[in-house]
Amino acid sequence: MSGALLTFDKAGCVRGGRTLFAQLDLRLEAGGALLVTGPNGAGKSSLIRLAAGLLRPAAGRVERSAAAALADESPALDPRAPLGRALGFWAGLDGSDARAGLAAFGLERLREVPVRMLSTGQRKRAVLARVAASGAPLWLLDEPANGLDEAGLDCLAAAVSAHRAGGGAVLAASHQPLPLGGAQRLALA
Amino acid sequence: MTALLLRELRLAAASGDAILPLIFFLLVATLFPFAVGPDAPLLARTGGGALWMAALLAALLPVDRLIEPDRASGTLDQLTVRGISEESVATAKLAGHWLSFGPPLMLAALPAAALMKLPSDLLLRLELGLLAGTPGLAALTLIVAALTAGLRSTGALAGLLLLPLAVPLLIFGAAMTARDGGMGAAKLLAAASLLLVAIAPFAAGAAIRATRD
Repeated sequence: MSGALLTFDKAGCVRGGRTLFAQLDLRLEAGGALLVTGPNGAGKSSLIRLAAGLLRPAAGRVERSAAAALADESPALDPRAPLGRALGFWAGLDGSDARAGLAAFGLERLREVPVRMLSTGQRKRAVLARVAASGAPLWLLDEPANGLDEAGLDCLAAAVSAHRAGGGAVLAASHQPLPLGGAQRLALA
Repeated sequence: MTALLLRELRLAAASGDAILPLIFFLLVATLFPFAVGPDAPLLARTGGGALWMAALLAALLPVDRLIEPDRASGTLDQLTVRGISEESVATAKLAGHWLSFGPPLMLAALPAAALMKLPSDLLLRLELGLLAGTPGLAALTLIVAALTAGLRSTGALAGLLLLPLAVPLLIFGAAMTARDGGMGAAKLLAAASLLLVAIAPFAAGAAIRATRD
C-alpha cells in the first residue's frame, strides 16, 4: 500500500443526519488525478473536506500521507491587503514563494491591487495560485473552474499537468467538465 | 506562530478596533464623576471598581472581530489544512488580543485614575491589577468569541456568556483597589486570570473545531 498520498477506506459521511455516501474506497497515488462528479448536494465538497482533515468520517478511515493544499469557495485572503501581500502571508507559512503561483495564473499585474477589488474569477485564480505555490504534493480542488474564463482554465490545466508530472496528485470536485487529462472519475449519486 | 501573531496585531491595528476599547474606557471614566458628583473621597472609594467594570466591558468590544471573520473567510480552514492546530491559532489570537488592548488600557488608566481622583498608591494597585487581570479578560473574550462564531447577532449572547464568567476577575480586581485591599485579592486575581489563560487555547480550539460540523 505504499505510494498512496490519499486513501479512503470504507469511508462514510453523514451531514445533518443525512448520509451523503457510505463504504467509499478511493486511492490516489503520486501523479494521479481523481475527478469527483455529481449533482449539487451529492457530497463532493464534504469529500474534499474529509480529505483535507476538516471533517471526520462517520465510518471507515481517511488517511493522508502528504501535506495537502486546499482551494475551496472561501478566499481566506485579507480583503484589505494587496494581493501580493495576502498571498505572501500564506507563502510565508508554507515556506514557499508566492510569485510562482502568481505567474502560473497570470496575476503578476494585480500584485498591488487590494483583494476586495478583484473580480470573482480573479479571486478564484488567486486561490488556485496559493495552491500552486504551496509546494504540497496533494491538491484538493473544490469546484476549481467556478468563475474562471477560458484563459483561466488553460492556466489551471497547465498547473495541474505540471504538478502531476512532478509527482503530485490532484483530487478535484466539480459539476462541470474539468481539463484533467486522463483523470479517474468518481460519480457521487 | 510568529507569523500568526503578527497577522493578529496587523488586523487589530488596521481595523481601528484597537482604539475603540480605549475610547470606551476613557468615556466611562469621564462620565462616572458626572454621575456620582464631584465628591473626592466618594470617587476615590468607588473609582477603582468603576474602572474595572469599564475595563471588562472594553475587553468585550472586539468579540465579534476575533474569530468570526477568519471562520467565514476560510482562514481557519486553511491554517488547519497546513497542520497548524486550532490550539496554536487560539494561542496566537489570545496573545494578539491581549497585546492590542491590555497595555493600551493600562496607559489609559493613568488619565482615568486622575479623573476618579484615585490616590497614587491606589493607582499603583489598579495598574498591577490590570496587568494581572487583563490577560484573563482577553482569554474570556477569546473563548466567548470562539463559542459564538458562526451564530447570528452574537453581541447580546456574548455578553450573557462572558459577564458571569468575568465576575471573579471583577471582584478580586476591584478588591485590590479598595482601601484595605491587599495581597490576598491580588493573588486570587492572578490565580483566576491564570486559570482562564490556561483554559482558553483548549476551549477556543475545541469551539473552532465544533463550528465545522
